[in-house]
Amino acid sequence: MTQDGFFGRWGGAYIPEILHETFEQLKASFRQAKADPLFWQEYQNLMSTYSCRPTPLTYAENLTRHFGGAKIYIKREDLNHTGAHKANNVMGQGLLVKRMGKKRVIAETGAGQHGMATATMAAKFGLACTIYMGEVDVQRQRPNVFWMEKMGATVVPVKDGSRTLKDAINEAFRDWVTNVDSTHYVLGTACGPAPFPEMVSWFQSIIGLEAKEQIVTQHGKPPARVYACVGGGSNAMGVFQGFLDNKDVELIGVEAGGKGLASGLHAARLCGKDASPGVAQGYKTMFLQNNDGQMRETHSVAAGLDYVGVSPILSHLAENGRVRFESATDDEVIAALDLTMRMEGIIPALESTHAFVQAFKEAPKLGRDEAIIINQSGRGDKDIFTIAHAFDDPSWKEFIIARGREYDKK
Amino acid sequence: MVLEKQLRERLATKKILLMTHIVLGYPSFDVNREVIAQMVANGVDCIEMQIPFSEPMADGPVILKANQDSLAAGTTVADCMAFGAEMSKQYDIPFLFMTYYNIAFKYGEEKFFQNCRTAGIKGLIIPDLPPEMGVEFFRLAREYQVAPVLIFAPTSTDARMAELNSSAAGFIYCVARRGVTGKQSDFGEGFTTYLARCRAATKLPLAVGFGIRNSEDVAAITGKADIAVIGSETIRLVDREGPQAVGPFIAGLR
Repeated sequence: MTQDGFFGRWGGAYIPEILHETFEQLKASFRQAKADPLFWQEYQNLMSTYSCRPTPLTYAENLTRHFGGAKIYIKREDLNHTGAHKANNVMGQGLLVKRMGKKRVIAETGAGQHGMATATMAAKFGLACTIYMGEVDVQRQRPNVFWMEKMGATVVPVKDGSRTLKDAINEAFRDWVTNVDSTHYVLGTACGPAPFPEMVSWFQSIIGLEAKEQIVTQHGKPPARVYACVGGGSNAMGVFQGFLDNKDVELIGVEAGGKGLASGLHAARLCGKDASPGVAQGYKTMFLQNNDGQMRETHSVAAGLDYVGVSPILSHLAENGRVRFESATDDEVIAALDLTMRMEGIIPALESTHAFVQAFKEAPKLGRDEAIIINQSGRGDKDIFTIAHAFDDPSWKEFIIARGREYDKK
Repeated sequence: MVLEKQLRERLATKKILLMTHIVLGYPSFDVNREVIAQMVANGVDCIEMQIPFSEPMADGPVILKANQDSLAAGTTVADCMAFGAEMSKQYDIPFLFMTYYNIAFKYGEEKFFQNCRTAGIKGLIIPDLPPEMGVEFFRLAREYQVAPVLIFAPTSTDARMAELNSSAAGFIYCVARRGVTGKQSDFGEGFTTYLARCRAATKLPLAVGFGIRNSEDVAAITGKADIAVIGSETIRLVDREGPQAVGPFIAGLR
């Protein structure tokens, strides 16, 4: 990375002047923390006592047998406190907020997992907390909204634009420019203006550092391939960093194929042909936009992948060929989720299941002495309404109708 | 650059200049024409025309909605460029474009400057392009003589203001407070100290914007700054009372 936050030609900090000083402070605090070995120790200690680090690397024996190729290992970020890798970044930024002495945090959330994690951190560290969430996502992820509010956060449904993740980010920035002195914006993914992409990736690197040791202990050698889903790109950056310098390990990022790349209804920025270089939300990356530079609507069954931009670090790694990008459609995701639940008793989040889809396509073509790692970025029980709807589950429907009637009477 | 020269000429006869803001294509280009005619007839000295963007990060609810509605009605950057050329040909006041960096980036920076120059646009306000991110952009601005207006904020240090001043031209846009466009500002003692810092940091004319809504607000900055910027208030007025209300409103400001 360069001094001004570029990775190759991607990244930077395209921010309004009002935020300039706050970014100077944030960059300085981050540099200090990164150079201080005690900070990382404090972070690891927090994550091993408040969350469940190190998270296990699970050998998926039944799926391995089913596909008859490479051994399939699953990195269990779903076993973090709050149920996703988001906690890694949030608790790390929480420690930085304490150092900077700010009293309030704000965050955007798509799937609700980052909002959940931020609300949790705010409760633990005694900070005021406001979460911005697109109105569409509030509907999709109602259980997370319930828990955020229960932990004392204010959840603001964002009714502008496409009413999804990008609009929640814009609204969080508007709050930040207004309350810049008291407030830190806990950006949830490896996007946005520098130093966020680097900082979020640094906190998430704990995933890759663990996985790199675990796979050698369990399998005797590094994996042939590592798969991660890519929304903003933080879980992918997290796991990939354990293997970036080992050129024998192929890294595969899987984007939301939605209804298929040809349909236009997807969120594929780095595979497919619909995205182009642009600057929005404070950074330069590949965006799904029209010829005038207006952002397009995106689609995915997974709210957390439904985003117009992508980490500038991943744009760089796509351009230099270090990471290969693929996509998985909504239908493929539901099928892979079904298989994983039945064969392993594991429920990956819809987001994470995108990585499973591509791994399942490739595992049979690899030798039995090879291993692959799938990063299960989060757990799927938050998606119960979406998944039950997708499976068209009759007994679940009966339950919802009955519960609705019960509330209706009151 | 020519923008500063034009403003200085006007400042020779007026204590404070008025700059107004419109969102292009909102509610329509026809209404834009009518509003601009009234603004010019009632003595507005400079107009910033916002090319709508889908992600207007620094704008509050009023301008945000105007951006979205304009785009929903099909406004393109080409339409805005043509409209800018039409206005600057018709009226003898400086016209600026305000927009976000992606619009110029995607258009092609050099082509954007070429076309702005051809259209007679005198300056650009790009709130998400600090000079350190736009080395080529600021070079092109000088080459094509389209003034890159920069923004001072109350959070800017003296050193930062000096740094911004070295890249800016035309005038400096002083944001009156923290926050987004369209909300009330307090022009009290802290504000006076801030404006004095702005004045010390640059020889360019100073414009003050964010939260200026009436003649009292304009009076409060007269003598301390050179240009009062009326932003969201005229959009609210047009939404509420139609374009014909703009003339009397502007006439009553100073």
